[in-house]
Amino acid sequence: MRFAKPGVYFWQGSEACAEAALVAGCRFFAGYPITPATDIAEHLAKRLPQVGGIAIQMEDEIASIGAVIGASWAGAKAMTTTSGPGFSLMQEGIGYAFMTETPCVIVDVQRVGPSTGQATKCAQGDVMQSRWGTHGDYSAIVLSPNSVQEMFNLTTRAFNLAEKYRTPVILLSDEVVVHMREKVVVPPVEKLEILNRRKPKPGEKAFFGHEEVPPMPSVGEGFNVAVTGSTHDEFGIRYTADPVVHRRLVERLNGKIQNHVDEIAEVEAYNIENCKIGVVAYGCSSRAVYDAVDEAEARGISVGYVRLKTIWPFPEKVVRGLAETAEKIIVPEMNLRQIFYEVARAVGGEAKVIPINKIGGGELITPEELLNKILEEV
Amino acid sequence: MSEMFSVKKYLRDLKLPFCPGCGAFTVMNAFLRAVHELGYGNLEKFVFCSGIGCSSWIPSPYFLADSIHTLHGRSIPVATGVKLMRPDLNVVVFGGDGDIVGIGLSHFIHAARRNLDVLVIMVNNMVYGMTGGQVAPTTPFKAKTTTTPYGSFEHPLDAVKLAVAAGANYAVRWTTAHPNELKEAIKKALGLKGFRFIEAVSQCPTAFGRRVGFKTAGEMVKWFRENSITLEEAVRLSEEDLKTKIVVGEFVHRQRPTLIETIYAIVKEAQEGG
Repeated sequence: MRFAKPGVYFWQGSEACAEAALVAGCRFFAGYPITPATDIAEHLAKRLPQVGGIAIQMEDEIASIGAVIGASWAGAKAMTTTSGPGFSLMQEGIGYAFMTETPCVIVDVQRVGPSTGQATKCAQGDVMQSRWGTHGDYSAIVLSPNSVQEMFNLTTRAFNLAEKYRTPVILLSDEVVVHMREKVVVPPVEKLEILNRRKPKPGEKAFFGHEEVPPMPSVGEGFNVAVTGSTHDEFGIRYTADPVVHRRLVERLNGKIQNHVDEIAEVEAYNIENCKIGVVAYGCSSRAVYDAVDEAEARGISVGYVRLKTIWPFPEKVVRGLAETAEKIIVPEMNLRQIFYEVARAVGGEAKVIPINKIGGGELITPEELLNKILEEV
Repeated sequence: MSEMFSVKKYLRDLKLPFCPGCGAFTVMNAFLRAVHELGYGNLEKFVFCSGIGCSSWIPSPYFLADSIHTLHGRSIPVATGVKLMRPDLNVVVFGGDGDIVGIGLSHFIHAARRNLDVLVIMVNNMVYGMTGGQVAPTTPFKAKTTTTPYGSFEHPLDAVKLAVAAGANYAVRWTTAHPNELKEAIKKALGLKGFRFIEAVSQCPTAFGRRVGFKTAGEMVKWFRENSITLEEAVRLSEEDLKTKIVVGEFVHRQRPTLIETIYAIVKEAQEGG
């Protein structure tokens, strides 16, 4: 068997992620074991060689992201998986990938932090780290699945965005979504949109400028490409003395993401034009929204929600739009307010923003808890 | 060789960054001469990975070639990804002692253990040169550096012996006083598979030499020549006497199965079975 045949599966989130990666064209995996991300690595270790790819367990997370970057420059779609502490170790490499415009996918399966925290329990504490984890001015693309089906869909999307914008993309999952088992529909490969990086034409030389997303050669193709994480000109030549060269480079790198927020930032929205109460949710804690909204509606309360499938860049316009009708916006999170402030910033006082926060032990925010908050606020 | 050797053929038209008298010039020259003598008219079949530090500038961006100038200490992991996806290319890592056996030590050991098919050329100047002369894992015991003003209180690491113990297929040490031996070792290493390690003991007249009492780069190279001792001669010396010597020569040359051979055999097997 090469790829998962089209059909209906009963998969774990980890399987959905690994199988989607194969379909998206991933042919290289490097990772280091860490709970709760290891299942994806184990699945890929078995499956990648079957499709002619390579999976290797490196000595640490720093080496893993390094190998992924090397494989990407060798022409492969490449990924790594990790969790909180490992994600912290990878940050320098993620910054390097951003600066060198190296497409790659980093799956962070969130667990309870800080530090080793609670390794086997679910949390959403890496939201801000996924945005600002590395140093310097940069823009992150971060996707947030809330179901096993979405692990499949957003994994392929992560590869597509990485290739299209030539940048690292983070799939910010969590222990619950990766370990639970749900129905997944796998469409025929030809029905899936699979994007590949734009390759340069013979004789092209500017792989780090001129265009918003420049073409990307691979090593060994005769382009003599110089890759560096230091400030560089459009030909990749290190140039660290000139503020103009740095500004031009870093503003373009940020711009190529910030100028396309509408294309990148994907949400699921419900009843946002008429609601009295709004909910902004993402990832595992957004699973409580559906039942809570149904229950509230049964009691005659009009609730609308925005579910962030893309957390970063933040879907600001949609959230601001929600505040035009909703008087209050509830933000349930399994952390101590990470997206809450972003929602408050986006709505700019147009609505009252109310947090629900729950941390530790991997306890999810239940539909009852969310419903009670809605009833409290009406 | 019918064609005359010229470094220009292999270099971008950029001003080199090295201080006057730096040993990196010698290592760069030895490498390009080796490539020339092996008959490579250009560097198309090579990929260079390097980290942060003076010797990481030997290939990048100066070589007219594909080069990936990585983070400090991470050249070997990046080279791992490159080589695994493009086994047909010669992947060569350049780095200093701080880069390769300081911050990058674990990657170095594991690449040797895996017998990853790359050539690592470590320019050992016994100090952190680019940041101004701080103590390195290779700094001689009691040598003064900017962070050991009273003399280093640590014992230096022998990277070649470590490469041998970890499983490298080929490991040698020469100094910049042995440019011809260095060149020949590079030629030999480029013809071999698996993890190949070349240590080039080199002078940093700016950040190290002048602090430990050498007035010129030449004096330091002369000291290398006079204090180098071959492996064959070294067996006759006591541990104590060897402490002030640089043991040079070929420490190992063997043919353990390489990572590329073993991993691609598994891919083939999995594809046929899958």
